[in-house]
Amino acid sequence: MDRRRNLTGWAFLLPASLLIVLISFVPMIQALLLSLQTGRGTRLNWADPLWYNYTRLLGDEIFKQTLFNTFVYLIIQVPIMLTLALILANLLNNPRLRWRAFWRTAIFLPCAVSLVAYSLVFRTMFATDGFVNDFLGMFGVAPVNWLGEPDTARAVLIIGLLWRWTGFNMIFFLAGLQNIDRSTIEAARMDGANAFQVFWRVTVPQLRPIILLTAIMSTNGTLQLFDESWALTRGGPAYASMSMSHYLYEVSFQRNPNFGYGAALSYVILILVAVLAFIQLRIGDKRDQ
Amino acid sequence: MINKLRGVPAYLFLGIWTLFSLFPLYFMAVSATNTSQDVLASRLLPGGELFANIAKLLDAQNVGAAMTSSFLIAAGTTVLALIICSIAGYGFEVYHSKGKDVLMGVLLLAMMIPFAATMIPLFQVFAKLGLVNSLFAVIVPAISTPLLILLFRQSSRAFPTEILEAARVDGLSEFSIYARIYVPTMRATFAAAGVITFMTAWNNYLWPRVILIKNEVQTMPMLIVNLSAGYVTDYGVLMLAVLLASLPTVVVFLLLQRQFAEGITGAIK
Repeated sequence: MDRRRNLTGWAFLLPASLLIVLISFVPMIQALLLSLQTGRGTRLNWADPLWYNYTRLLGDEIFKQTLFNTFVYLIIQVPIMLTLALILANLLNNPRLRWRAFWRTAIFLPCAVSLVAYSLVFRTMFATDGFVNDFLGMFGVAPVNWLGEPDTARAVLIIGLLWRWTGFNMIFFLAGLQNIDRSTIEAARMDGANAFQVFWRVTVPQLRPIILLTAIMSTNGTLQLFDESWALTRGGPAYASMSMSHYLYEVSFQRNPNFGYGAALSYVILILVAVLAFIQLRIGDKRDQ
Repeated sequence: MINKLRGVPAYLFLGIWTLFSLFPLYFMAVSATNTSQDVLASRLLPGGELFANIAKLLDAQNVGAAMTSSFLIAAGTTVLALIICSIAGYGFEVYHSKGKDVLMGVLLLAMMIPFAATMIPLFQVFAKLGLVNSLFAVIVPAISTPLLILLFRQSSRAFPTEILEAARVDGLSEFSIYARIYVPTMRATFAAAGVITFMTAWNNYLWPRVILIKNEVQTMPMLIVNLSAGYVTDYGVLMLAVLLASLPTVVVFLLLQRQFAEGITGAIK
């Protein structure tokens, strides 16, 4: 009876597991094989040498530019966003705060909007003759060509990402804060710790698993950034704000599709995701001791 | 007095961030009622151009078809994902064994595989099957996700084993226990999972962009990007289209915000 039940259990897992294998694991291996091939369209041959696509990446200036852009977004945007999300969650977790539901809804609301939708709103607001320049003009600031200069284009993309994802991460921190025993905070208060000390020494250490999780998720998301690069800055000017996934799409599906080269690029993203997650997990564990 | 003042920075900070959060959405909504020139002139009050913009939008794009495609994709994905992932999550928890834990670990690894790394072979497979331009090809890769399985597994912990035993004594088959007892008692989890799946499917852009090649087959996110890519952009019309593309998910969010929050964080508890 137990054995039959065990088999029933496996049968319950079968459809979902099979789909994940077919949709994720098998294509992942196919992509590896593909990355060792060259040719255009459907006519593909084994590359000579096999790692040709990977060596080609090393000499590809556009690839290096998109790698640089992705790391700019990662290093600047993710820490700012997580810090802001942590502060906002901490403020909202105060039971004496008024209009909590309103603040929470307003800050969380951007998560309901699709990435390309908000990208187009930001593109409109940051147009040279658009709202942001009109607004700054009231303070005597000369119009800025936001999307036409490399640094400002990347900055606009970062502002967009902060707008869309800060509330998302705040929700994770709020969920984490609810699991913290409030008496630890009250006790620290009684001992004369100020708000900042309580936050830094009592709240943050207890939230560490959640901080680790949000850091890994955000890193993963940034490395796969596509929609904003595509619709908000269109990767421009030239390739100055283009993300790696955007370049991957361009290589694989536009002009002369080159699946082998695209697959090699996708493996760089895959390896970066794995390596960065591993490093973050190691750092997260070390602080445990 | 001092106690009252201490809260001021907090309210100031929340106020500024709330303004930042809401303003682009307000800008989108009022711009949908203004002419392109008014949008660029930063007119922030509702105008009288809504119907003119609607007419221009319907003239330029087949909004009805895109809305239908988006809705079919989002609804189809949600229904199938709820069935497949809830059965799996239930199976992992109720028929718990060491081997199944190992399998769960392997499936969770799939979360770390970037979609970019599977996109090209997936496209090749669907092309071979003749499924390019079909909504089915958009739906299939989104049905089974480790996150959703985990969400169902974690919430199945609350499913009482006494009920399970009693049902077995009553002679119910294993599948009817799932269908007739588990599903109705886990309504909250189904709602949470449904909301995140629907919103993710509605908003997805990259995969539909890859697999739907024909211009006549497009989703709402694809429609708005195509609209913005024209030689001359009519910003009033564009913001109206963006508003229409966002409305379904914003409404779902406002009605089911708690379930949405539960859906994105539930798997980690």
